[in-house]
Amino acid sequence: MRNRDLSFWLFLTPVLLGLILVVIVPLIYGTVFSFTDWNGLSATTFVGLEHYLNLLHDQEFIDAIVFTILFSVVSIILLNALGLSLAILVTRQIKTNNMLRTIFFMPNLIGGLILGFIWQFIFISVFGDIGEALQIEAMQGWLSTTSTGFWGLVILTCWQMAGYIMIIYIAYLQNIPNELIEAAKIDGANSWQRFRNITFPLVAPAFTVSMFLTLSTSFKIYDQNLSLTNGGPFESTQMVAMEIVKTAFSANEMAYGQAKAVVFFIIVSIIALTQVYYNKKREVDM
Amino acid sequence: MESKRKLYIIETVGVLLGLLWLSPFYLMIVNAFKTKKEIFTGVLDLPEAFTTANFVEAYIDLDFTTSLFNSVLITVVSVGIIIFFSAMAGYALARNKSKLSGALLLLFVSAMLIPFQSVMIPLVSLFGQVEMLNRAGLIFMYLGFGCSLSIFLYHGAMTGISKSLDEAAIIDGANKFQTFIHIIFPLLKPISVTVGILNVIWIWNDYLLPSLILGENNATIPLKMFYFFGQYTKQWHLALAGLTIAIIPVIVGYFFAQKQIIKGVSEGAVK
Repeated sequence: MRNRDLSFWLFLTPVLLGLILVVIVPLIYGTVFSFTDWNGLSATTFVGLEHYLNLLHDQEFIDAIVFTILFSVVSIILLNALGLSLAILVTRQIKTNNMLRTIFFMPNLIGGLILGFIWQFIFISVFGDIGEALQIEAMQGWLSTTSTGFWGLVILTCWQMAGYIMIIYIAYLQNIPNELIEAAKIDGANSWQRFRNITFPLVAPAFTVSMFLTLSTSFKIYDQNLSLTNGGPFESTQMVAMEIVKTAFSANEMAYGQAKAVVFFIIVSIIALTQVYYNKKREVDM
Repeated sequence: MESKRKLYIIETVGVLLGLLWLSPFYLMIVNAFKTKKEIFTGVLDLPEAFTTANFVEAYIDLDFTTSLFNSVLITVVSVGIIIFFSAMAGYALARNKSKLSGALLLLFVSAMLIPFQSVMIPLVSLFGQVEMLNRAGLIFMYLGFGCSLSIFLYHGAMTGISKSLDEAAIIDGANKFQTFIHIIFPLLKPISVTVGILNVIWIWNDYLLPSLILGENNATIPLKMFYFFGQYTKQWHLALAGLTIAIIPVIVGYFFAQKQIIKGVSEGAVK
């Protein structure tokens, strides 16, 4: 098939139309309109960088970014530790390993919105009840303070995504040649030494993959945020995605919301490209 | 037998962790069978009489038959379209080794980096202006957002399919489209399963896009769940029964296709 062939273009038309009309045109259109007083339908004046300069003093937006970054860092560390541990657990010769894989993975199939509602019940009612029965004050009102709300979101995300990260680590763990482990055993390495010197370096590429995934996912989280805390109390657990949706559709400030969306896009791109760069550099080393 | 004892300990830890993982579902289901008062007096107790009235009421209020139908319709049509058109594109790009097709592939792959929230506002505005804020518009949007990863996976899978098959088909008088339909597409079936699973998971569970596009009458399950939950914030017995109902289709699907689902996800994640 050559570029000059009609069939080449016919085969690509549906997806190109989809990509252009759904992603590329809105991205360009939105970026242009973020420099105007656009209200979603029409724009009359060009305001230049006004919206972007306003962003610098928008405490709500800055707080949302800080909260998102903190949340992402904590989630990435916990998720990778948890995912790798679960993967090591279910790749052992135990009878329940298949069943456990199925169980750990299950929350991933259920949407974030629904999972958030389930955990809302657990944090409010179940934690509250247990706290009352055991006289532990800290168990009560989990979603009504900023710090416990933060950990509530972290717990929910870890419970949901650990199974996914586990699957990635399993794929890499299974590629480790058994002879290496056996040879180390014969040389007298204990299980910690085998983990540190063989398993860990060989699953390191899985870390790159899962770091990319957890980073981009946790940065874009919306559903869980909405259904678990709805940003409360007082917008203190609000993440960037939610802040943008609120600005655009609740406050009806389309151009300003879009300026936030452009900044968000730039942040996500920088993170992603840094990741890819890091990834490539590593591939050369190995 | 030291290692046997060690495995026994690992097994026990695994089972305990598995139970911990399932506990949110357990708490949801058990409490869905209680009366409002029973939840208030003891969340951890077993229900006295397993009340099923909550489920009947939640089912009716969720208008579950309609929202299930909407979810199935939108997911099946979107994923079908994504599979077919992405396979075609992956085939064309893999069989044409030019700078242009390399650039096109790169364009599709880089589109994966764009967060939805960055295009959401103009997208809704543009589609609103041409009266496309409906199910057809939503399905088309899913094609736009879903095709990138799918094309990438199909493109990778095409390297395993010999070019001589195309040539043989052309000699037999088939045109490019016939070659694709009768020879290539059937051979891509394993990757189509992976592409299908990955897309079903996110489209089925998507909330934000349907919430911006569809009204309450055409709501999918997550969207309807959102409205429903807002109505019953202080009535956990009904809210939990609703959540349980909403999860049933997923659990049933997972039960029948767990092997393919885990395999599909691992292939999609590792590539």
